[in-house]
Amino acid sequence: MELDKILVIIFSLGGIGFTYWFFLMKNEKEVAADGDVIDIIVEGGYNPEVIAIPQGKTTKLTFIRKDTNSCLEEVVLGDFNIRKYLPLNEKITVELHPEKKGEFGYSCGMGMFHGKIVVR
Amino acid sequence: MAEVKKTFSIKGIHCASCVKVLERALSKVTGIKEANVNLATEQATVIYDENVCTTEQMESAVAGVGYQAMVDGEALDEDKQKMEKQRELRLLRNKVIVSLVIGGLISWGSFPGLMQFSPSFLQNFGVQLLLASIVQFWPGLDFYKATIPALRHRTANMDTLVAIGTTAAYAYSVVVTVFPQLVAGLGIEPMPYFDVAAVVIGLILLGRYFEAKAKASTSEAIKKLIGLQAKTARVLRDKKEMDIPIEDVQIGDIIRVRPGEKIPVDGEIVEGESAIDESMVTGESIPVEKQKGDSVVGATMNKTGSFTYKAMKIGQDTMLAQIIKLVQEAQGSKAPIQRIADVISSYFVPIVIMLAIGTFAVWYSVGPNPALLFALLNTVAVLIIACPCAMGLATPTAIMVGTGKGAEHGILIKDAASLEVAQNISTVIFDKTGTLTKGKPEVTDVLPIHNTKIKSEKLLQIAGSIEKGSEHSLAEAIVKKAEDEGIILSRVEAFQAIAGQGVKGKIGRDEIVFGNRMLMEKEKISFKEQESEIQQLEQEGKTVMLLSLNSELAGLIAVADTLKESAKEGIKLLQDMGVEVVMITGDNYRTADAIAKQLGGIRVVADVLPEEKEKEVKKIQAEGKSVAFVGDGINDAPALAAANVGIAMGNGTDVAIEAADITLVNKNLTSVAASIALSKQTMRTIKMNLFWAFGYNVVLIPVAAGVLYPMFGLLLNPIFASFAMALSSLSVVGNSLLLKRVKLFV
Repeated sequence: MELDKILVIIFSLGGIGFTYWFFLMKNEKEVAADGDVIDIIVEGGYNPEVIAIPQGKTTKLTFIRKDTNSCLEEVVLGDFNIRKYLPLNEKITVELHPEKKGEFGYSCGMGMFHGKIVVR
Repeated sequence: MAEVKKTFSIKGIHCASCVKVLERALSKVTGIKEANVNLATEQATVIYDENVCTTEQMESAVAGVGYQAMVDGEALDEDKQKMEKQRELRLLRNKVIVSLVIGGLISWGSFPGLMQFSPSFLQNFGVQLLLASIVQFWPGLDFYKATIPALRHRTANMDTLVAIGTTAAYAYSVVVTVFPQLVAGLGIEPMPYFDVAAVVIGLILLGRYFEAKAKASTSEAIKKLIGLQAKTARVLRDKKEMDIPIEDVQIGDIIRVRPGEKIPVDGEIVEGESAIDESMVTGESIPVEKQKGDSVVGATMNKTGSFTYKAMKIGQDTMLAQIIKLVQEAQGSKAPIQRIADVISSYFVPIVIMLAIGTFAVWYSVGPNPALLFALLNTVAVLIIACPCAMGLATPTAIMVGTGKGAEHGILIKDAASLEVAQNISTVIFDKTGTLTKGKPEVTDVLPIHNTKIKSEKLLQIAGSIEKGSEHSLAEAIVKKAEDEGIILSRVEAFQAIAGQGVKGKIGRDEIVFGNRMLMEKEKISFKEQESEIQQLEQEGKTVMLLSLNSELAGLIAVADTLKESAKEGIKLLQDMGVEVVMITGDNYRTADAIAKQLGGIRVVADVLPEEKEKEVKKIQAEGKSVAFVGDGINDAPALAAANVGIAMGNGTDVAIEAADITLVNKNLTSVAASIALSKQTMRTIKMNLFWAFGYNVVLIPVAAGVLYPMFGLLLNPIFASFAMALSSLSVVGNSLLLKRVKLFV
């Protein structure tokens, strides 16, 4: 086999490995609620992505969308029956009062971008 | 002096000092007596003299310190959302036109078979580079703008795939144009693929444009509901009539409604009568006659008469607001079936990127010549054809259309999970009184026992007196009958109600027991001699109550509750769907059976105490049935909660029934079958969507990668890939929109 082909195979395997590591092995940093409000910046995903909130207390999540991508224009907190339209650069507040402990996912309207709410 | 209080939103407030600045600026306006700004709600509340100060002055005061006031409420969420959407759509449309026109021109100048007929400048690679760059960096910029921040978060989406795919095609073409000899040196004819990059961007944006339009109509139902809200109300204050914004209506305000006007908030008629069309809120198609004492629902339409009514519920407490909240919550909920799609879509894009890299490696190392070109085009095709959007849209769009469709017909579904369970219902249990029947029984027979020498009037007087303190629907019928006949009722002492059995008490020295057989047996009062008479009445579907005076049977009073008009049809529809129908009642078996006979072919569970309904539901569930319980939502809460699906018949203006999964505000019993039919249809749509979305990707990604090439010599042009991909998500949304056409028999 010619050298260029061997190199392409090696780089491709490296590329596949890198893609796996880059997207699927990232560490999720958990951010706990400081007080009863958490600001979430919506830009290329959710920042912070994983948030910890207390059980049985009301926590306000304030979403600010800075990304023009239409994928992110809605946020869905399916376990809390909330679907909200996020106008660009505006604060939209969602109130949560979780009764149950556990991990609850949230996502954009199309289910492409994901975040997690950990109720403790 | 006309002092007015007004609350309006202010854009741009973000800290406590903004609040101070704004309050100071507003207080300085002549005519404003008091100004309060709330940081949390980003709203200002001002009390001002409307003869001195105008809203424009307030706006300019707010603007003067660098904020924006939305005084006339034009910043209503829905309107703002709509305007922003429209602006986005216009921009997207322009981008689609530009990229498709340019893509078309480049294709004309480069596509074999077409290029012979094109002007020579279009065949110039330099011109093509220039044209393609416009598309790549104006309409195509959206994909980069979405990709870069996503990569920063180590996430990827649809845009990432398009960005990588079109960049690869564009970059290769730039190299071919600028360094043709480099490509020629590799044994490849130096031909650019600018058309691929431009047309792919154009087609994907076109798909997105149509998708956005279609998606907007999935939430049409909720917009319609919001649009129903009246804007003003004509209230009577200080003996004067005045039109005020609906937000300023207070509980207790007397409101005048003239023919053809919309009723602003929920309340109770104090004077006048009219026919009211409630179809927009309850789905009930026939106008309802209302008079003094009847409740009216905000946002419904007054037809003929004129009346005044007292506002009882305003703002978020009105029926319409509750319906909107319920539908919004349902549309935000997640169906259990969606979870699998969610898991897959979170891995999907990285997997496609890995597959694309693999495709490149395989074609480059073992593919035919020119290997680089084949490898590149097939890699681009894999990236472009993958359509994660279809998977993401499959469930929520159907849920939105399905729940919206229900709301239009007065069927309010609590969440997507309820919809998912409702499709499998095999047995529907109806509570009899108030659900299948009108719940307003009438006295049909008053039968004193001969040897006691009590006349029917006296019997009714005793029964009416003792039942006066009871809240049971049968009691109401007896009291009403007594009052209608002009009988004066006596005072009752030591009153005691025994749930599901009857009442006890004393009138003077006489001890009265009034109730069913169970109560008589408990009190050891013999009714053997009357048994045949009782049975006769019960066979006619009447409820018989026995009255004993000082431990001796004095007479019988029979009461009958009539079936609702929609009961028979509602049950037949369920039976036609193969659903078993059960009627549950506190009545004895014979009475219940007489009613059941009128309905035809239903199972009867009789002699059930109110607190035992839940147990009966569980018993039927233990038979392996998936059970829906239909009740009034107030007394039946435990049974509603125990059932797989609790269906509550809405009562008056209250729709917030916690225990119910489905609330029927139209009070029509055919809606029970309609709810099940709607859930079946919605779930079928979801399954079709998911099947299509998964199937599409599972079949076409390998085709794009070129698996058919060794056998059939078949490859997928990236342009066709983008066409297929645009069509794919569009077809999912389109399929969900078809749910709007489902005929619901209500």
